[in-house]
Amino acid sequence: MEHYLSLLLKAIFVENMALAFFLGMCTFLAISKKIEAATGLGIAVVVVLTVTVPVNNLLYNTILREGALDWAGLPNVDLSFLGLLTYIGVIAAIVQIMEMVLDKYIPALYAALGVFLPLITVNCAILGASLFMVERDYTFGESLVYGFGAGVGWALAIIALAGIREKLKYSDVPNGLRGLGITFITVGLMSLGFMSFSGISL
Amino acid sequence: MAGSTAKQVLFEPIFSNNPIALQILGICSALAVTTSMSVSIVMCLAVTAVTAFSNLAVSLVRTQIPGSIRIIVQMTIIASLVIVVDQILKAYAYEISKQLSVFVGLIITNCIVMGRAEGFAMTNPPLMSFLDGIGNGLGYSVILLFVAFFRELLGAGSLFGVSLMPVVNEGGWYVPNGLLLLPPSAFFIIGLAIWGLRTWKPEQVEEPDYKLSRHTVKEAF
Repeated sequence: MEHYLSLLLKAIFVENMALAFFLGMCTFLAISKKIEAATGLGIAVVVVLTVTVPVNNLLYNTILREGALDWAGLPNVDLSFLGLLTYIGVIAAIVQIMEMVLDKYIPALYAALGVFLPLITVNCAILGASLFMVERDYTFGESLVYGFGAGVGWALAIIALAGIREKLKYSDVPNGLRGLGITFITVGLMSLGFMSFSGISL
Repeated sequence: MAGSTAKQVLFEPIFSNNPIALQILGICSALAVTTSMSVSIVMCLAVTAVTAFSNLAVSLVRTQIPGSIRIIVQMTIIASLVIVVDQILKAYAYEISKQLSVFVGLIITNCIVMGRAEGFAMTNPPLMSFLDGIGNGLGYSVILLFVAFFRELLGAGSLFGVSLMPVVNEGGWYVPNGLLLLPPSAFFIIGLAIWGLRTWKPEQVEEPDYKLSRHTVKEAF
């Protein structure tokens, strides 16, 4: 239990997807002008990550990894080179399915997430989490916790940035730095803040 | 963009319409792989190759793709190309592919590739799309190498792993700036680079949301 808790805290703070690994930066910068939008996107990312990482973990462990096809009588097959194609396929499919399910059963949430759901397919934080899961060889339980933690960390970062940017628009920024430039520098400072978590060993 | 020449298509993305500085595309990898020049160059080559060939392939089949499933088709093409690049890197540059770790795989979701396939290759003939891919790859490379140059030179006192400014630990005179090897510095360098670029080309400056009015309150006696 303790192991899972420390994995969760590590995924949220120490190895924050956005601020320590720069994943999902494009959406992170593009959709952080308003807090409501950022919250919607953040929730969508948490949900999608919590589902896709464990699913990809199952696929990797039962089909793709070297010797995993033992149960089908093919002990020498190594399909790990198909990994990238599989993960992105799974992500695209799950996002599509989720969109339909939410539309049918939880229309309120569907309306709140709106255009962000399809956008998530090309968010590198989602694919990145699956790839990290493979690289670090997580078990199924760990991958579930990791997926959730990574999502929460990313959501936390984007909501914080949106909060800063809402205040920032009233300030007098040099012309060339306005917009994208100052956002980069703000994110740099936030990232510096999150660096202070890196000394914590769990 | 129908009437633009090959030269425009190739060189426009480098400064005037830079994918990172203006279109906000492909930023993730720009930040993570720029701690040393050699790793960045490999990443640039990989991204340029994938963008160029995916544009070519998407453009070749653009009339056959039904509109509703085009994203999946583009994804599949891009993912296949990235697998090829990944396998080549593992075979011929194993050390560097280890350092790049997950970022080679993340070229799939690099918005530059997807954005150009969707925005340019779907409506233009193959040759032009190929050039557009190379141009955008170069625009990406310019920023990446710029950031990597400063991070490696000031952070480790070397370029391409060759020591230029001998660091104190090895008996030299240069005290390396460790901050530049850490993630936040990449944000600062890109932010400043954008500032420089926009001072040079003022038409890229964004419109302000609010204008500060002059301070007009008269002082009370």
